[in-house]
Amino acid sequence: MHSMILRSFIAPTFQKMRHSYALQAFSSNALQSSPKARLNIPIDFSSTPILAHSAEDAIANPELKSELSSGATKRMNLCQSINDALSLSMAKDDSVILFGEDIAFGGVFRCSLGLLERYGAERVFNTPLCEQGIVGFGIGAAAEGLKAVAEIQFADYIYPAFDQLVNEAAKFRYRDGTHGRHAGGLTVRMPCGGVGHGALYHSQSPESLFTHIPGLRVIIPRSPLQAKGLLMSAISSKDPCIFMEPKALYRATNEHVPTEVYKLPLSKAEILKEGKDITIVSYGQPIYTCSAAISAAEVDFGITIELIDLRTVYPWDKECVLQSVKKTGRCILVHESMINAGIGAEVAASIQEDKDTFLRLEAPIMRVAGWSIHMPLLYERFNIPDVTRIYDAIKKIINY
Amino acid sequence: MKRFLQPCRVNLTLHSKTCRMRCSSSLSQRPGAASVCFPGAVNSKFTKTLKFELPSSYPAIPTYRAMAPDGEIIDPEFTPVPDQIALDMYVNMLGVCIMDMIMYDAQRQGRLSFYMTCQGEEGICVGSASVLEKADIVFSQYREAGVFKQRGFTFSDFMNQLCANKKDPGKGRNMPIHYGSKSLNMHTISSPLATQIPQAAGAAYALKLQRLTNPSIPSRIVACYFGEGAASEGDFHAALNIAATRSCPIIFICRNNGYAISTPTLEQYRGDGIASRGVGYGIDTIRVDGNDVFAVREVTRRAREIALQDGGRPVLIEAMSYRISHHSTSDDSFAYRARIEVEDWKRRDNPVSRLRRYLEKLGVWTDEHEHTTRTRLRKEILQAFAEAEEEKKPPISTMFEDIYEDMTSETKTQMLDLRSVLAAYPEEYDLTAFQGE
Repeated sequence: MHSMILRSFIAPTFQKMRHSYALQAFSSNALQSSPKARLNIPIDFSSTPILAHSAEDAIANPELKSELSSGATKRMNLCQSINDALSLSMAKDDSVILFGEDIAFGGVFRCSLGLLERYGAERVFNTPLCEQGIVGFGIGAAAEGLKAVAEIQFADYIYPAFDQLVNEAAKFRYRDGTHGRHAGGLTVRMPCGGVGHGALYHSQSPESLFTHIPGLRVIIPRSPLQAKGLLMSAISSKDPCIFMEPKALYRATNEHVPTEVYKLPLSKAEILKEGKDITIVSYGQPIYTCSAAISAAEVDFGITIELIDLRTVYPWDKECVLQSVKKTGRCILVHESMINAGIGAEVAASIQEDKDTFLRLEAPIMRVAGWSIHMPLLYERFNIPDVTRIYDAIKKIINY
Repeated sequence: MKRFLQPCRVNLTLHSKTCRMRCSSSLSQRPGAASVCFPGAVNSKFTKTLKFELPSSYPAIPTYRAMAPDGEIIDPEFTPVPDQIALDMYVNMLGVCIMDMIMYDAQRQGRLSFYMTCQGEEGICVGSASVLEKADIVFSQYREAGVFKQRGFTFSDFMNQLCANKKDPGKGRNMPIHYGSKSLNMHTISSPLATQIPQAAGAAYALKLQRLTNPSIPSRIVACYFGEGAASEGDFHAALNIAATRSCPIIFICRNNGYAISTPTLEQYRGDGIASRGVGYGIDTIRVDGNDVFAVREVTRRAREIALQDGGRPVLIEAMSYRISHHSTSDDSFAYRARIEVEDWKRRDNPVSRLRRYLEKLGVWTDEHEHTTRTRLRKEILQAFAEAEEEKKPPISTMFEDIYEDMTSETKTQMLDLRSVLAAYPEEYDLTAFQGE
């Protein structure tokens, strides 16, 4: 969809960005922060409690215990763990194919690096530059028994394929009735979210457009370990999956990831940190921002805050969120995409709609999210929820 | 720094390797070369004449015909089909024709919510389907009842779907004429136009890959049907291009019947129909007289052979016809075309009468055959319709199933919510037509 000029322009730009991440991980963040800042300081991915900094941390994950036969891990960034998930899925199952724009040489974000050499040009291939074709082709291949893993180069370019996703992939099983055919073998991967300078068409987070569509599973991982397990589940799922990869985390996040095959459950939220005064619900990149805001607020206000990662934003784990809010009585929803009709709207409505949880609410539910505007180049850091805005919401909700 | 640069270096080597493979003679232009070696058009000769290519300077792609409207075989190369096959095709075309008349009237009487006839296009459907293997996969648009009939769909199968009863495999979820069949390898029809075309390309790629993995599987193709209006959708472009670049074993069959609802082809395109586009995508292409069931059959038979060559090759068939019927029961086509034009087409030439003339000349069909067959078909159809109308509708809970492989807790809750509303207000809902639970 995007012009070739933009494409050739953006690839070196992202390479440059990867360069700076590799050498000075936080230089672009550092440029943004005020010298006096206490809250809006760059996220320190090397110490965040969200990532598994040691093999022991990774293996200690209770969801993995039954999945793993050995404790072998390897430090991977998000690109590498996605590559690992794709590679293991292809090794395990001959029917897995990988296709999209520019994926054969490794992909513009390097997520498919080395897979053509390992699995052959019949299973890993470039398509013409046409998103509706990519998704339509994937649906047909899935309907005839392949596990089709399609890549859309940026989530911002999924819209030409919207008809194929909404009217076809999502409804395939329903309309086929007792024949039982479906497009469940389809997984559509796409990089999403802000990256510092992606502006209007390299920053979008369109997840809520997909959560209005029964039949699709929408998954957004927060880390390399999570991405691998969730992607392996998405590929083997019998429902069509939208797998959104926060591109800001591709190289920023590094953690120990089990090297074996393992899966993490879809439509299951995860409580990352327990607390009793406030529940914060988020997913994807802002999980790190929430974690930083929580650390500051807990010290400043002497409270404890529960942090929940939804992971699958639809069909989502309502039970987990309701249980938490029943306990804390306060809830803040954080996401990068716009406030209007975002994931936060659905979660907030569901909380107040549940009669038991409604009675426990001690403050209005709050949303900290992107403003209802397009992502502007210069102003990205004022648009994406930052530590200060989340901290401020925490302050307001406890003082209500 | 090193860690970052390494993948790039690997990538550059790979890239130049691909280039060499594509254009083995040379990457750079040889001095004095007569033709271009730009990677985008490797065989283009240089010219000193500045001349635009004019569509009007190219003759229209010819239309292949084996049999004249009077039923006479005109292609000396054409091998006549065995009589029984010709008779079977005729009866299938007649069957669809009679079903169309009955169901059109049934819709007018309010016994069906919707219907679409295929008058004028029975030849394209029956002729092409008659040479497809049962294991071939079919994707259709909605005016392909003849393909379903030829592949073994029964009148009861049609009627159960049209009446949305509990025997409808689609569980009463879709509008009438959105047929599908797993056992006949026909994908369920969906209303959005052209969406099936790139899907068909993907399905064809799956067949190709399955055979590469296991050469003992018999070779199969995909046949994908669509109208000339649908060919204006982006999905048509997407599909032909990806089918060509991925060398998929697929036959694209375009029914060019002159109208997309009210839009005549002059407002649909200005090129030489749909066929001229196939060449642009690097796809073997042919145009055929869609009123000539033998021509369509022969063209499809050869297309199937081509589609299986070299591990897979797409083929485009543009079958010319005229939509005699209204677009659907929601359309009065005399609002945009003259009644006389339609009458003229009906009288002058149509696929059913053409094949009938052939069979009569052959001496295997008479007025008496015609009369008894029509009576028999009419009876079978009416009986299937009556039975389908009698059947109960599926249970209401069916509406909540098959969204995902397993029902989500959200959907379960909503199903119970609806159930309690139905129970609390029994006078407000008439549930007698539905099967309980």
